[in-house]
Amino acid sequence: MKSWINSAVLGVFGTVAVFAIRWFHPPEFWITLANYIGLYSLVAMGLVLLTGISGMTSFGQAAFVGMGAYASAYLTTVFGLSPWLGLLLGLFTTVVAAYCLGFITLGLSGHYLPLCTIAWGISLFYLFGNMEFLGKFDGITGIPPIDIFGYSLISGADSFILIWVSVLWVCIGLNNILQSRTGRVFRALKGGVLMAESCGVPTLHYKLLVFVMAAVLAALSGWLYAHLQRAVNPTPFNLTAGIGYLIMAVVGGVGYLWGAVLGAVLITLLNNWLQNILPLILGQSGNYEVVVSGLLLIFLLQKYPSGVLSWFIQKSDFVKRYFFSTPLQVLQGQDSTELNSTCQLGQLSSKERPVLGSPLLSVSNIHKSFGGLKALSGVSFKISAGQIVGLIGPNGAGKSTLFNVISGVLQTSSGSVEYMGREVQTLAARKRASLGMARSFQHVRLIANMSVLENVLIGAHMRGKSSWVGALFGANKKEEELLKQLALYCLDQVGLAHCRDLDANSLSLGQQRLLEIARALATDPNLLLLDEPAAGLRHLEKLQLQKTLLKLSQDKGISILIVEHDMDFVMGLVDQLVVMDFGTPIAFGVPSEVRNNPRVVEAYLGVQD
Amino acid sequence: MDSTIALILAQDGLVTGAVYALLATGLVLVFSVTRVIFIPQGELVTYGALTIATLQLNAFPKIIYLQLVLGAYLFTSEAIKLVKSQPKPPLVADSPKQRFRSLLPAFVQFILTPVGLWFLLSELQIHSLLEQMGIFLQVILTLFLVAPLGPMLYKTVFEPLSDASVLVLLILSVALHLSLMGLGLWMFGAEGGRSAPLLELSPSWGAFSMSGQSIFVIISSALVMIGFSLFFQYSMSGKALRATAVNRLGARLMGINVKTSGELAFFCAALLGAFSGILIGPITTIYYDSGFIIGLKGFVGAILGALGSYPLAACGALLVGLLESYVSFWASAYKEVWVFSLIIPVLMWRSFNHLNIIDEDESL
Repeated sequence: MKSWINSAVLGVFGTVAVFAIRWFHPPEFWITLANYIGLYSLVAMGLVLLTGISGMTSFGQAAFVGMGAYASAYLTTVFGLSPWLGLLLGLFTTVVAAYCLGFITLGLSGHYLPLCTIAWGISLFYLFGNMEFLGKFDGITGIPPIDIFGYSLISGADSFILIWVSVLWVCIGLNNILQSRTGRVFRALKGGVLMAESCGVPTLHYKLLVFVMAAVLAALSGWLYAHLQRAVNPTPFNLTAGIGYLIMAVVGGVGYLWGAVLGAVLITLLNNWLQNILPLILGQSGNYEVVVSGLLLIFLLQKYPSGVLSWFIQKSDFVKRYFFSTPLQVLQGQDSTELNSTCQLGQLSSKERPVLGSPLLSVSNIHKSFGGLKALSGVSFKISAGQIVGLIGPNGAGKSTLFNVISGVLQTSSGSVEYMGREVQTLAARKRASLGMARSFQHVRLIANMSVLENVLIGAHMRGKSSWVGALFGANKKEEELLKQLALYCLDQVGLAHCRDLDANSLSLGQQRLLEIARALATDPNLLLLDEPAAGLRHLEKLQLQKTLLKLSQDKGISILIVEHDMDFVMGLVDQLVVMDFGTPIAFGVPSEVRNNPRVVEAYLGVQD
Repeated sequence: MDSTIALILAQDGLVTGAVYALLATGLVLVFSVTRVIFIPQGELVTYGALTIATLQLNAFPKIIYLQLVLGAYLFTSEAIKLVKSQPKPPLVADSPKQRFRSLLPAFVQFILTPVGLWFLLSELQIHSLLEQMGIFLQVILTLFLVAPLGPMLYKTVFEPLSDASVLVLLILSVALHLSLMGLGLWMFGAEGGRSAPLLELSPSWGAFSMSGQSIFVIISSALVMIGFSLFFQYSMSGKALRATAVNRLGARLMGINVKTSGELAFFCAALLGAFSGILIGPITTIYYDSGFIIGLKGFVGAILGALGSYPLAACGALLVGLLESYVSFWASAYKEVWVFSLIIPVLMWRSFNHLNIIDEDESL
């Protein structure tokens, strides 16, 4: 609740400040400059969201700006309709275009999107420049100003208010989204797609969402531009402009929304200054701003790869402490030990439970080959609900491949995986996660710059329902609070509750593995797939983990399939063991039996003479 | 459209397509070895075309200054690196003689060669030999002026961030494109240039005739491609490049210097770019900013080949050339729109056949 009030107060205060600046009648030159900075900031904020936070890049934002501008310009001049209808049309066409573009490129590797946006930027520029009804390269003139309740925003100073109030509220709204479950997925998209999918997050959907959002912000800026300038032509929407927006986002600070505003200010002032100063030094014969801004971008990327603002924040403890820390609100009245009661958490969605002892997972005759290498050939075994099953075998036996096949990260070449009476071998990893399979990874996959608690919250994503629209208006607070409690509860289960506010990458490797288990628990699983969870733990920590896993299985009936090399750990934990060698199961049974199985001894120790 | 026009359009398409194919080859090479999407290759096309046009006017090619400046910068940073890397006592540092010796290759590459070229150019210009030296020597001189820029730019711009993600490298690439385009305006002016044809012939078969230039373009592109494939298959450096492309870490463990591989890849790409410029210069007027679009079309070809296969990229580039030539007959204003829309069906096809959610930065 508190953070929502904070952002509302900031918004109101900022709005008043914008009106106050207007009331003081600053010189026309500064107003014009500020208007452009505001327009650029909107686009750059979209790019911060897209590039800095979600790790995708677009060089084509200027084309979306153009769509917003041309749509409204056309509607208002040809049909004489209100600019507000123009805004609607601009946003609509932009959403459709961005959705289509995103749909065909976002499923591919990361570099296809920027390439596609380059092509898009060039194509749209030539379309604007060649279409008869859009005035070809001359563009459209005589666009009416925006009017609000009968008051026309004719002067630059009036537009100043509209532009900066928009910038302010957009920034606040986006910040709200970034603090929500949608925002956490956005941040996980950068390098954590596989992990997020394994937690049941439909990442493609979120990639599309963030791409469309960035495009919509660009279109909004274009609409404001068209009605401020009262004329449009194709030049400001070409590829060079698109690159310029990206420079602003990168310069400002790719991780922070306000960095976009800073970047817009720096680049606009710099360009303004360069345009005045360079011809004096170097003469009129070249296009030196372009040379300098290119060199500047190269220099900045080499020296401050995370942006000027991020660098500044990291350097200055003072700024970091007072302006950019987001301390977690203390959960009131609940000590972490009291959280064990799950009554409140019952409000979150949960899954159907299997009957104890009923068949849960049945793997039959699985084959998997990579080219000529047969990683798995004919693996079959079963797990009943509530059982803990260990999967052991020498290195290269195919254990991790089997894990990936069961959890859906890899597809089988042949054979079937049946889970709770349903064939799942064709389902994607996130579908299996939503049925109650959760996994940890052998090489931990955490989002390094997110806190421990936030990493668990990604696991809890499926449990919440609120969408980005709710988050935009701050209407998701209750659910957020519940999700945080759930995450804290899961952390407590693995004994990491005290680390919740640390950065995930500051934990030791052993703790990171425990964090992966907590994240898996947050998905509300029926079957936990743990890939070497005890590697890197000390002896006492191993005992603790053993106890925790046994408790999970006994209290909640969670079944566990575990890959582990530490035999003492496995023997004291599991009900059944599956032993694999060279991609085939060589033994199955209770630990004591398996230990004396001659084939197992042979696989591990070699043949006795 | 009758068959004569169709044939003429096909000829045009094949000629430009052959040039795009050279560019696509360079792009695929650079991308697979260094993961850089080499957008500024287009500028090197411009530089190639306009440098030879400048030489033919007996004007002084300012492009040598670019080599001089980059060379001076790289040599200084090499020298600073050498001083900084010297251990402090009690460990024994290299003797001054040893230090000088280890700087020698950098001195030759970054100082001696550009300065030598600069002297040569001034002398040739004074004696009006630049325009009289004959087209073959002009081509050679142009390649000497443009191609060394490839490794120099790689070392200056990309090497310090060689472990960065593909995206960061792409942004660097675009920034470099901006700077080089602006410098192009300074070096060659806004007027644009057109060089003399490389082969003065015009054989004809009935109604169908072909210019010597077209024949030269098609044959020389084919020869260059064959040359490159021989280089990749049989030479040690070519094999090292292929190894780096397959697996950087593996190549390093086998003793291949991936930075040298990167330089070599950029050298090849710059050579291909400059040569493409020389080929296209007599066909169409090139302006300081024309290279970008030409480079991007080579790029569309490379994407059609999924940025991985040389023959597919070359075929893609030919397709781009043909499409461009036929579309400009019907709707020349929308030529660029059509060419760049060509990648959409390809990307669609790929994204429906490629359900892998894992990005290259996070392999299993």
